[in-house]
Amino acid sequence: MQYALYVVRRLLTLVPVLLGITFVVFLLLKLIPGDPAVTLLGVHATPASVAELHRQMGLDKPLYQQYLSFLGHALQGNLGVSYQYRGVSVSSLVFGNLAPTLWLIVVGMFFAIVITVPLAMISANKPGSATDGAVRAIPLIGIGLPSFWVGVMLILLLGLKVKILPVSGFGDGFTGHVQHIILPALTIALAQLPILIRSLRASMLEVLVSDYIVTAKAKGLSRSRVMFGHALRNAGVASVTVLGVNLAYLIGSTVAVEKVFALNGVGFEMYNAILGRDLPVVQAITLIFAVLVVMVNLLTDLAHAALDPRVRLG
Amino acid sequence: MTAPAQSGPAAPVLEAVDLHVEIPLPMGQLKAVRGVSLSVGAGEAVGLVGESGCGKSITLRALLGLLPVPARVTGGALLLDGVDVLGMAERRRQRALTDAISMVFQDSLTALNPVMRVGDQIAEVPRRRLGMSKAEAHARAVDLMDQVGIPEPEQRYRAYPHQLSGGMRQRICIAIAMSTEPRVILADEPTTALDVTIQAQVLAVIDKLRVERELGLVLVSHDLAVVSQTCSRIYVMYAGRVVEAGQSLPLLTRSEHPYTDALLRSVPDPDATVERLASIPGQPPMLVDVPPGCAFAPRCTFARDVCTADPNPPELEPVSVGGSHTTACVRHQDIDLASGAVSAFVAEKEA
Amino acid sequence: MTTLPAPLPTFDASTIRKRSGERNITLYAGLTLFALIVLAAVFAPLLTSADPLQQNLLQARLAPGSPGHLLGTDDLGRDVLSRILYGARVDLRVGVLAVVTPLVIGSILGLLCGWWGRWFDTIVMRLVDIVVAFPFYVLVIALVFALGQGTKSIYIAISAVGWVAYCRIVRGQVLVAKEQEYALAARASGLPTWRILLRHLLPNVILQAIVYAMSDIVLSILAIVTLSYLGLGVAPPSPEWGSMIAEGQNSLLTQWYLATIPGLCVVVVGLALALIADGLVNQFNKR
Repeated sequence: MQYALYVVRRLLTLVPVLLGITFVVFLLLKLIPGDPAVTLLGVHATPASVAELHRQMGLDKPLYQQYLSFLGHALQGNLGVSYQYRGVSVSSLVFGNLAPTLWLIVVGMFFAIVITVPLAMISANKPGSATDGAVRAIPLIGIGLPSFWVGVMLILLLGLKVKILPVSGFGDGFTGHVQHIILPALTIALAQLPILIRSLRASMLEVLVSDYIVTAKAKGLSRSRVMFGHALRNAGVASVTVLGVNLAYLIGSTVAVEKVFALNGVGFEMYNAILGRDLPVVQAITLIFAVLVVMVNLLTDLAHAALDPRVRLG
Repeated sequence: MTAPAQSGPAAPVLEAVDLHVEIPLPMGQLKAVRGVSLSVGAGEAVGLVGESGCGKSITLRALLGLLPVPARVTGGALLLDGVDVLGMAERRRQRALTDAISMVFQDSLTALNPVMRVGDQIAEVPRRRLGMSKAEAHARAVDLMDQVGIPEPEQRYRAYPHQLSGGMRQRICIAIAMSTEPRVILADEPTTALDVTIQAQVLAVIDKLRVERELGLVLVSHDLAVVSQTCSRIYVMYAGRVVEAGQSLPLLTRSEHPYTDALLRSVPDPDATVERLASIPGQPPMLVDVPPGCAFAPRCTFARDVCTADPNPPELEPVSVGGSHTTACVRHQDIDLASGAVSAFVAEKEA
Repeated sequence: MTTLPAPLPTFDASTIRKRSGERNITLYAGLTLFALIVLAAVFAPLLTSADPLQQNLLQARLAPGSPGHLLGTDDLGRDVLSRILYGARVDLRVGVLAVVTPLVIGSILGLLCGWWGRWFDTIVMRLVDIVVAFPFYVLVIALVFALGQGTKSIYIAISAVGWVAYCRIVRGQVLVAKEQEYALAARASGLPTWRILLRHLLPNVILQAIVYAMSDIVLSILAIVTLSYLGLGVAPPSPEWGSMIAEGQNSLLTQWYLATIPGLCVVVVGLALALIADGLVNQFNKR
């Protein structure tokens, strides 16, 4: 029951943030110098036609009304029409390309966790050892690692020099998708390693000096049981929040990574829209990304509460 | 070699002989335990008392074989059923010690895994080390909870540590300690964090188990009242060494070391009217630079040159020939320490 | 919201412990490395005589080690080494300058929020929540898109997004410091508010912000490099590491070094700044 209340409270705090997001996105486009109607009409721009288009697009109304109609349309799923592709609705463009991005995020996160956990645990198990030193060097080197460059390097090493994985596109069918998603997901994962390893390692070190670890050792439990069943369980709970924050950053990096691999997801759409000065699409994707991040943060908080009985049960 | 520590009637289950523990610190080696010998036999309750920082907790951890990481045993022997475990390979030593010995900590909240149900924490050893099935282990855990006096154990099984009261949690810790079927229990200030009324209950549980299962009990406390009620023998520690040892009654009523005497005097007597609470002036020494001779000398009202003449710390000597009451005060024969402030304890013990 | 300031890790001392009295190798190493990089960029004309913009199709696609071209040449015959060095100027300059405005604005806002609080704090924190809701790159990209390509837009975009971290850090520190004794003592002694802020709280509070700024510089450099890769940053043919990687990707198979070297440069800059930040933390933990 308490958990349900917690969920409801968290959902309520979202509302002002979501409104704020839509407002910021709306304003974003107003920043652009120049008159969109003039741009659209091009050579046919006469004062009359411009005024008429203004009326049609609702640009003659006061700002707050424009915002409200924008909001209203957005809530109904109407995000406008693409400038680049005549007549194609933005929502169909965006949602039609959502799949590869979702794959990328999920598989990327999966790779990140699968690589981070063993490394962090080995490192925390023997602090000060050579392996620990190597693992600790990762955040130092990794902080300056541009994610798209990692992608290019992976293409070079695993796609071209040693031709084992495809380097562009999404492929066909489930197997095709899996094959094509490996390098991009690996790119994303590698870019997250510095912060995830650092965080989990620090959590583990903190947890390993706790009294309950002494209790567990005093019980005569095997080293692996102590590390996994007790230490990791607690350190992991603490790290979930970091994971969530990082997920937000990860989502943002999909734009560059999808471009590197020509993976036709939402990020790649954003890139194309920027090249083609397709304002509604840029606006819509920015909004979608923001909403996605808010949702991810919410899920992280809820997951953290679910995993930590002290939060869940009060 | 020091005279072997006095033991109970039968051979001791666990015995430390001239144990030394050092902790490397940036400013030098901290000699936390400087030649401690103690023993405990089956069914016997011994107390280990002293101020904070005298090394009693580290001694317990050394007995368990689980010193915190930078600390190391640098000398002496640790005998389990007469066999020195310090000579064994680490794995074997850990195994032997954790099989035979369990520990109960002062802070029951931090001693329990916060994200695991308490019942599961009790059932963990039966399940993973004693080879029981999930159901068997569950039943065993419930049974143990019952034995430590937890009402409605089935319901409490699913609770998390933070949901329970201090007294209840400490009982859980005791149940966990019992789950390994140990022969010795080490209790490090088990009741210090509890209300006075709960203290008595928890101590009673520990004592009951000791008697029922013939467990050895080493009870560490800075609270003399607690130790005097439960233990038949007492070791008094100061600055990493045992300064007095013997049967409880003689030690408390006719102490033969100024430090013990000072400890006894510093306990307020509810019946007496005094203007000020007696306390021991000064601080225990930092054990990085060990003072010569008797470490208590700087704070001792009876100290003379002879106390610090010999750089080595004084050894325990029997008070009377062939007796089990020993003291490390070189001047014990010259000093008369009969202290009236002890009456509070004596009254309780004889009650 | 339980979110942390910004995606890059804040440096923590648990990773490197030093005995007090030992020289702070980390800090020295980082400062030295960074100094070398800056010097290389500043003295670029002395280190290479080639013009980074000079195309020479006859000398195109030379491998590293070719005479006169230490790192080879690209598709258009431009000398890679000189492009790297001159590119360093752009990236370093933008990276460092882009951090200054958010640092100043964010710190001031954080100071006011923490010390004064009330409705001001609520509003600013709501704003923070909203900005943080956007993935970093997406918002920056959208802003640069809206404002037009070029370094000026990049400065504005990064400032608009980056102030949040400093605001949070400073605000947090101020809230803690407010309770501490010297603040209470200062207030009791009747010093005017601004005096208290300036003299007593500022030094302590700013420290964390500066440490964070080190990682923020890396973040800014990454941002501009990424933006240039996507075609939104520095306009070609100006040399810049990100656009060099983009160009290099086209000839990845034959001239792998074109795309690799600029990326390595970014990594090295990141390493230098990471060492400095870690070193600073160790330095102040020793007190």
